Amino acid sequence: MPNPSRDLSPDLAPPPTSTDGRLLLLFEGDNVLVARMRIRAGETILVEGIDATLAADLPLGHKLARRAIAAGEKIVKYGAPIGTATEAIAIGTPVHVHNVRSDYTPTYHLMDAEKPEART
Amino acid sequence: MSMAIATGTTTAVPQGLQLTETMRGWLRSDGRKGIRNTVVVAYLVECAHHVAREIAIPFREHDVHVIGFPGCYPNPYAETMMERLCTHPNVGAVLLISLGCESFNKYALEKKVRDSGRPVKTIVIQATGGTRKSMAEGRAFVAEQRALLDEAPTVPMQPSELIIGTVCGGSDGTSGISGNPAAGRAFDQFVEEGAACIFEETGELIGCEHIMAARAVTPELGEILEASVAKAARYYATLGYGSFAAGNAEGGLTTIEEKSMGAYAKSGASPISGLIKPGDVPPHGGLYLLDVVPDGEVRFGFPNINDNAEIAELIACGSHAVLFVTGRGSVVGSAISPVVKICANPETFRRMEDDMDVDAGRIIEGRASLDEVGREIHDLVVDLARGKRTKSEELAHQEFVLGYKSFEPIGPACLPV
Repeated sequence: MPNPSRDLSPDLAPPPTSTDGRLLLLFEGDNVLVARMRIRAGETILVEGIDATLAADLPLGHKLARRAIAAGEKIVKYGAPIGTATEAIAIGTPVHVHNVRSDYTPTYHLMDAEKPEART
Repeated sequence: MSMAIATGTTTAVPQGLQLTETMRGWLRSDGRKGIRNTVVVAYLVECAHHVAREIAIPFREHDVHVIGFPGCYPNPYAETMMERLCTHPNVGAVLLISLGCESFNKYALEKKVRDSGRPVKTIVIQATGGTRKSMAEGRAFVAEQRALLDEAPTVPMQPSELIIGTVCGGSDGTSGISGNPAAGRAFDQFVEEGAACIFEETGELIGCEHIMAARAVTPELGEILEASVAKAARYYATLGYGSFAAGNAEGGLTTIEEKSMGAYAKSGASPISGLIKPGDVPPHGGLYLLDVVPDGEVRFGFPNINDNAEIAELIACGSHAVLFVTGRGSVVGSAISPVVKICANPETFRRMEDDMDVDAGRIIEGRASLDEVGREIHDLVVDLARGKRTKSEELAHQEFVLGYKSFEPIGPACLPV
């Protein structure tokens, strides 16, 4: 019987050549990729064979869409649902609190505008 | 007492310390062994906190730790926590500091500590004549006990005799990729060696309950594990916040489910042997879930107001050491048991290396495998019983938080084997 926990351990093998090596696919069924280092705004990156240009920095550990995701669709990471898209998300664009909601409790976060200075 | 100790200018363990050949521990009357021989100064109400802290300050780098309970109203959970902490295997002697009029049952606690074979003294500030006299009497007791404990013999110890807890704090989008699964690998190795490993925060397992239940050693235990997460989800829903801080979102975590999936990886892959509650000591080796969310209706506020409240509970369950995975960069340690800081985020590690014991971000940058970092964590914990100190210990971190809670005792189905 497969061990459910072992299956959760992320697969850190190099991504397929159709995707930028700075992006990490944790689980084959995932519809998001994770940045393994900060990728700068304006850079064009390859996502599943499609060129995408980042409008803002994608920091280490943040996610972007591996394919087009429809409003209401589940976001899948580690092979498990981690929330629901609140709007359509284009391939190669960031997936975060602005376009995803929890299926359990709302996420508390501080708005960027409330910070004294924008982080670099 | 040497002048160096009196002025607090030296650390208990000098730089360049030679590790012992094998693990060594201090044998206690209940058969458990400690990897530290700490004097605990415990205040029994906030009104006695200052006196306790002043007593400990000259010894703060010499294994004298302050713990305590701030409340003036009685609470069985807090009294159990204090009893388990004062009789923890890493504790060699106890000084209780009472103001005098608080409700905490100091007589029962003192008796429990004395029955455990440990030297114990209670100072009642009102009876002793105030702050100055209590401080002098307290420091004399601590100096005397410290000198005795420094001469106390040790005995050989095995990894199978360890209890290890794990917690994550200041999590970000890297925690679930590197640090938490690496801690899980270390847990797998310890469970295989016969140690007891405890993971926790049912509020950060929301969304993982079904896959977790499938790992329980019996179907009944699986149902109990699921119910504990459902209880946490209800509790947090009533409070209006998940176990999720603003910094988690800034670090790339979007929802509590996502944080949970990452946090769950700390448990490794072993079968789950049981569910325990704060203060329950695992009866034998294996992997245990610690249910930290109170039973019954929501009262007293958030289950754990911060990471250190969780660490205190893991230690009250007998943890000799606690694995703390952080992405954003927590600096905390703890009273009583060493905290091993595993940094999941390579950028954070480079910025805060002085506080971090393990650079798990190497996994993300392709410089190490999960198995390699898992082994490194395992070996570091073993070395803690050979004289090694963690970064937070060297920096004299000894955070401690204890609040009000209420629990029902666990039933037999929680520990099926």
